[in-house]
Amino acid sequence: MKTIDLSTASVRELNQALHEQHKQLTERDWVIAHPAGKHNIAVGIDEPLKIDIQGHAGYYCAGMNKKADVVVHGNVGVGVAENMMSGSVLVKGNASQSAGATGHGGLLVIEGDAGARCGISMKGIDIVVKGNIGHMSAFLGQAGRLVVLGDTGENLGDSLYEVHIYVKGKVKSLGSDCIEKEMRPEHLSELAELLQKAGVDEDPKAFRRYGSARNLYNFHVDNAAAY
Amino acid sequence: MSTHEPILRESATFDRLTIQEIQRAAETGIYDIRGGGTKRRVPHFDDLLLLGSSMSRYPLEGYREKCGTDVWLGTRFAKKPLHLKIPVTIAGMSFGSLSAQAKEALGRGATIAGTSTTTGDGGMTPEERGQSQTLVYQYLPSRYGMNPDDIRKADAIEVVLGQGAKPGGGGMLLGMKVTERVAGMRTLPIGVDQRSASRHPDWTGPDDLAIKIAELREITDWEKPIYVKIGATRTYYDVKLAVKAGADVIVLDGMQGGTAATQEVFIEHVGIPTLPAIPQAVQALQEMDMHRKVQLIVSGGVRTGADVAKAMALGADAVSIGTAALIALGDNHPNLDAELRKIGSAAGFYDDWHEGKDPAGITTQDPELSKRLDPVLAGRRLANYLSVLVLEAQTMARACGKSHLNNLDPDDLVALTVEAAAMARVPLAGTKWIPGQNGSGY
Ligand SMILES: Cc1cc2nc3c(=O)[nH]c(=O)nc-3n(C[C@H](O)[C@H](O)[C@H](O)COP(=O)(O)O)c2cc1C
Repeated sequence: MKTIDLSTASVRELNQALHEQHKQLTERDWVIAHPAGKHNIAVGIDEPLKIDIQGHAGYYCAGMNKKADVVVHGNVGVGVAENMMSGSVLVKGNASQSAGATGHGGLLVIEGDAGARCGISMKGIDIVVKGNIGHMSAFLGQAGRLVVLGDTGENLGDSLYEVHIYVKGKVKSLGSDCIEKEMRPEHLSELAELLQKAGVDEDPKAFRRYGSARNLYNFHVDNAAAY
Repeated sequence: MSTHEPILRESATFDRLTIQEIQRAAETGIYDIRGGGTKRRVPHFDDLLLLGSSMSRYPLEGYREKCGTDVWLGTRFAKKPLHLKIPVTIAGMSFGSLSAQAKEALGRGATIAGTSTTTGDGGMTPEERGQSQTLVYQYLPSRYGMNPDDIRKADAIEVVLGQGAKPGGGGMLLGMKVTERVAGMRTLPIGVDQRSASRHPDWTGPDDLAIKIAELREITDWEKPIYVKIGATRTYYDVKLAVKAGADVIVLDGMQGGTAATQEVFIEHVGIPTLPAIPQAVQALQEMDMHRKVQLIVSGGVRTGADVAKAMALGADAVSIGTAALIALGDNHPNLDAELRKIGSAAGFYDDWHEGKDPAGITTQDPELSKRLDPVLAGRRLANYLSVLVLEAQTMARACGKSHLNNLDPDDLVALTVEAAAMARVPLAGTKWIPGQNGSGY
């Protein structure tokens, strides 16, 4: 196990050390001490590393992650795990805006709340939020699953494509072209699997499902007000 | 009784095009979408002249004395800046809007000429990466196909804030072009009318952009130049903010810049022309002591070597071409006239690039049409055209006594019209008058 202390090392030195592992994997377990809300911690990882961040992180923590499993013992700033490809990111605290934005794969779990635009333009990532999420979440979401145990802000799933959204709490309002859909057996089993992966003990039957009405997929004069 | 035809008077306000558009709107209920750039006349490089030499300045010999053309891009922060042989690059045009063959041809032509190509809204294809010696990877609001592996494969990254054709608008790709391959690369259902975001999903404003640029640098270990592309609007301020946010290179696209598909009203009515945008950008860079340190690439209506020379004289380090490159590949070729007429257009006028019916095989995803474009031949045509642009620009630079294209400066220019003089900030020909200077202006 290797520890990098960000009270003495720079973020540049940290990321360079992590990227060196792409060339030759010599150290799988990493501890990042004193992150102190710094931005761009552990971005662009391309190896199955285990990274433990012992405190709060700033913007884009674990951005574009591939293969690594990252745990943040604190809160995170804007765009945690943005454009993640694979691997996992677990946030023990709260997350700011745009958590998991444009993610293509992997699993993002947020134990606290997530701010606005959680899962914006998501493209295959799975996001599980144990608390509440802010407005415009899953805006333009294309693929993947968003699971929320708490409540959601306004305009959930606006202009959604094929993301599956599951919410246990209250939905303040749905965005354009987002509708409640029937929970069929395949959805219950999909959700059960996700909850298990995220380490959440909840009954899938307690959730409602939301998805795209697919009315905006092609331009139509009578939908002008929705654009 | 008179035998003369009556003289019908066309309204200047309700001319035939305007009437036709009202009728079209009434029938369809949807705005008109098309490709290309603005069609109206706006003050442009044609309204400037280069002075050349006689007594007070002497020229260089056309065939004997060297006139350099190379350019370094990304020297501010990147460990691996780009060194191009010529200061004309190929602008970002998406796979999706263009066929894979067209993307490959652009790569081939640029590589022969010693310049770079750019991806677009929709990710990087193996065809273009394979054939482009130097490839710039666009980082767009949609992030379609965004992949850290492709970032690592790229030679530079271009953060796109906007395009001159539609500053403030997102990408658009209509259903007929969202084929299985395009949809797969973008993670979209096949056949949707794709509306891309117009704002980045995880940052807004210059303070955030600084952190975003730092992230991209961290991911690439500070090796690759980071460009910031802006549509020309409040250019003076935008350039200052982009430089402050950490850009290595500014790509400035004027309102004439082409697009694959945008609302006609957007193309014609939003943004400022290339001509007034350049001096605003140069002034911003000079005030920050960053001119030539942060390089400026200008696009939007570059067609000839004269345009290249004039843009560089105004202070650009390089120019970029979109529409002209497509024409060089074979777009709108007279040989296609009969086929273009069948789809309601004609050679020289075709701009329904969003429909995907291009008989040249360029702005299409139809496998039969795309097959018509031979990437090797089309690439050769582009290389020829690029070579002419450079030869022409060198001709003008030598006539002005310059041993390198980047030695051209605003003193080599005069304007033909009062408007152009004011916008380009060079004197009206034969006078010392630059309207708007001495006290007014920025
Ligand atoms: C077919 C086509 C597709 C384009 N796609 C993109 C794109 O994906 N991203 C982008 O930033 N600009 C795009 N542009 C704009 C060009 O990058 C460039 O700004 C413009 O073409 C320059 O003006 P010009 O066409 O007058 O040379 C596109 C332009 C065309 C013609």
